[in-house]
Amino acid sequence: MNKRLESPLTAAHAASDAKARWQREYGETIGADRKVTNVSGIAIQPLYGSDDWANYGQSDPLGYPGQPDYTRGIYATMHRGRTWTQRQLIGLGTPDDYNTRLLEIMARGATAVSLIPCNSVYRGYDMSSVEPELLGTCGVVVNNAEHMARCLEGVDVGEISCAMNDPSPFTLLAFMLVTAERRGIDWNKITGTSNQSDYISHFVANHMFYRLSLPGARRVLMDHITWCNEHVPRWNPMSVVGQHMQQAGATPAEAMAFTLATAVQNAEDCIARGMDPDHFLPRFTFFFDISMGFFEEVAKFRAGRRIWARLARERLGAKDPRSWRFKFHGQTSGVDLTRQQPLNNIARVTAQAMAGIFGGLQSLHTDSYDEVFSTPSEAGARIAVATQNILREEAHLTDVIDPLGGSFYVESLTDEMEERIVSIMKTIDDAGGMYKAVESGLVQRMIGASAMRFQQRVESGEQVIVGVNAYRADDDAATRPAVARPDAAAMQRHLDAFAAWKAERSPSSVNAALDGLTHAAEDEQRNVFGAVVDAARAGLTNEEICTRLRRDLGFGQPLAFV
Amino acid sequence: MTTLDFRPRVLVTKIGLDGHDRGSRIVAAACRDAGMEVIYTPPWQSIAAVVKLALEEDVDVVGISSLATDHLIVPKLMRALREAGLGHIVVVVGGIVPDNEEAMLLESGVREVFHPGSTMDEITTRIRAYAGEARRAGQNSPLAQETQP
Repeated sequence: MNKRLESPLTAAHAASDAKARWQREYGETIGADRKVTNVSGIAIQPLYGSDDWANYGQSDPLGYPGQPDYTRGIYATMHRGRTWTQRQLIGLGTPDDYNTRLLEIMARGATAVSLIPCNSVYRGYDMSSVEPELLGTCGVVVNNAEHMARCLEGVDVGEISCAMNDPSPFTLLAFMLVTAERRGIDWNKITGTSNQSDYISHFVANHMFYRLSLPGARRVLMDHITWCNEHVPRWNPMSVVGQHMQQAGATPAEAMAFTLATAVQNAEDCIARGMDPDHFLPRFTFFFDISMGFFEEVAKFRAGRRIWARLARERLGAKDPRSWRFKFHGQTSGVDLTRQQPLNNIARVTAQAMAGIFGGLQSLHTDSYDEVFSTPSEAGARIAVATQNILREEAHLTDVIDPLGGSFYVESLTDEMEERIVSIMKTIDDAGGMYKAVESGLVQRMIGASAMRFQQRVESGEQVIVGVNAYRADDDAATRPAVARPDAAAMQRHLDAFAAWKAERSPSSVNAALDGLTHAAEDEQRNVFGAVVDAARAGLTNEEICTRLRRDLGFGQPLAFV
Repeated sequence: MTTLDFRPRVLVTKIGLDGHDRGSRIVAAACRDAGMEVIYTPPWQSIAAVVKLALEEDVDVVGISSLATDHLIVPKLMRALREAGLGHIVVVVGGIVPDNEEAMLLESGVREVFHPGSTMDEITTRIRAYAGEARRAGQNSPLAQETQP
């Protein structure tokens, strides 16, 4: 037997009728082919080839990483040079609890801080104003600068990037800046992101806001961007959020389109204020959901990146390449996790994280498998961090830049997603831009319809969910963890200490600080966020600041309809 | 009253602090599409507001959607409904409820907890049945008799 393969490797497919023969054999073998459509509504073929990739055959069909249009990544070195930031979102209980957990996950490899506050904080209440059962169950109870200082004890906020899940009016950043000031840390050294500064996404999707009116929130955001650019120059004041909308049901293409439309809205608002795009755009970042449709997500990110480069240059007039770069944080998708057979969620998170990494993200949060029951347990959080370490160092996902680039499927899908995203953006533009499109409820209706379509995909079995509509186990109760809530006695001590602290403040200085907020709100020439920082320094609480601004800038209610 | 002209009245709402409404919107739409009269609210209703609305809208079933621990205050809602003489209304909860907290809800009077993975068909069939029960119980309740001529 001749063991040497002497024929040239290309010989097998050189025949001119190869494609036709494959098509014939495929058709005969498969019989009635099933129709495959991704969540964004794009029909998926069984095979992609050179005919499906518009740029195929050009000498450099994709360009290079770090060069416009950035399809292959925004930096020349991407993950091979500097890996993504491991930013695990944490928050629970009291500031003491938070600090313990934070130091632990940092010791295990997390390289940045992310703080998520209690829902009461999002909603603009202090702990004394809400049902005590709810305190600290979804995030840490931070109501003033003292609480923030305790959360960040032992963390050098001048060295470590800190993301604050901090909706308008950004009291958490204000508390953090006061903490830094008291420690003698120069604000010029502080890096991080106002993770939830996108008021539009809160109004539209998750409603985690304190019901400040839309025009009020718009003003506060502009002031926040202006003030941070001047006083905390390395801080990213604008994180445009697609994650909330995709979790609420938007398709990946819709989520990308709405996010880009929001970024354009905010950038045009800044320009209308007389700001230079090259001054503020380099500090814009994006925050996305990474759902289960692996290739759809990869294509979403690659397409979004190059649309943004064009928008920044052509529509917004930015000349500095730093303004064109689409920097984004990705979070694996909570709604895709299942209560049934919960350990399977580790596999889901792994697939989602890989899609985000191949999509070229700059920072990643991997969900804990048990987030479907509650905020992550310590054991769950540990696995989530380990998942990132394994993907990076065992699976070698950082060795090659844009490793899926050049795949006929990925390139074709990137082109199709781009087309779909641009067409949805056109719908928003036709409605007068994102602000008007959420004011009228257009975006909310689109998201509701997509959520319903996804539910129908699941109920019809078109979308399999392991353990839910297929591969069910009779009884998997034993695999579900018991959930522990924050220690009630510790929370009571936190409440008592807060009440005592409030009682010690001088009423006249509290009133003076409140007046400062009102003066800023009433005078367009003053900066509302600057006044929030002054108020935090003077000892005002989250609720005091929120309540006063809502009084002065107007009350807003999300649109609620079925 | 025949089965044919019975139209369940269902209040779908969220109490507490969380604003995530994907679940409540889908369930409300499914109930509407199944022929029920749906009263739908923005999130973050207070317990008092839910009791008031349940009374004014004369609902048969209250569905509480909870993603982020707001189910922990549902026992307070149950007490408030009973105190308002609305003990006949059936309350169901849907969303994220850990196993070890489900008993507390059922003991407080919640009829059923729908977990993720429940189909819309399951949910609407059950709500329709509960609404029938509640309507019959309501007709015998002291509150209903007081208002009879």
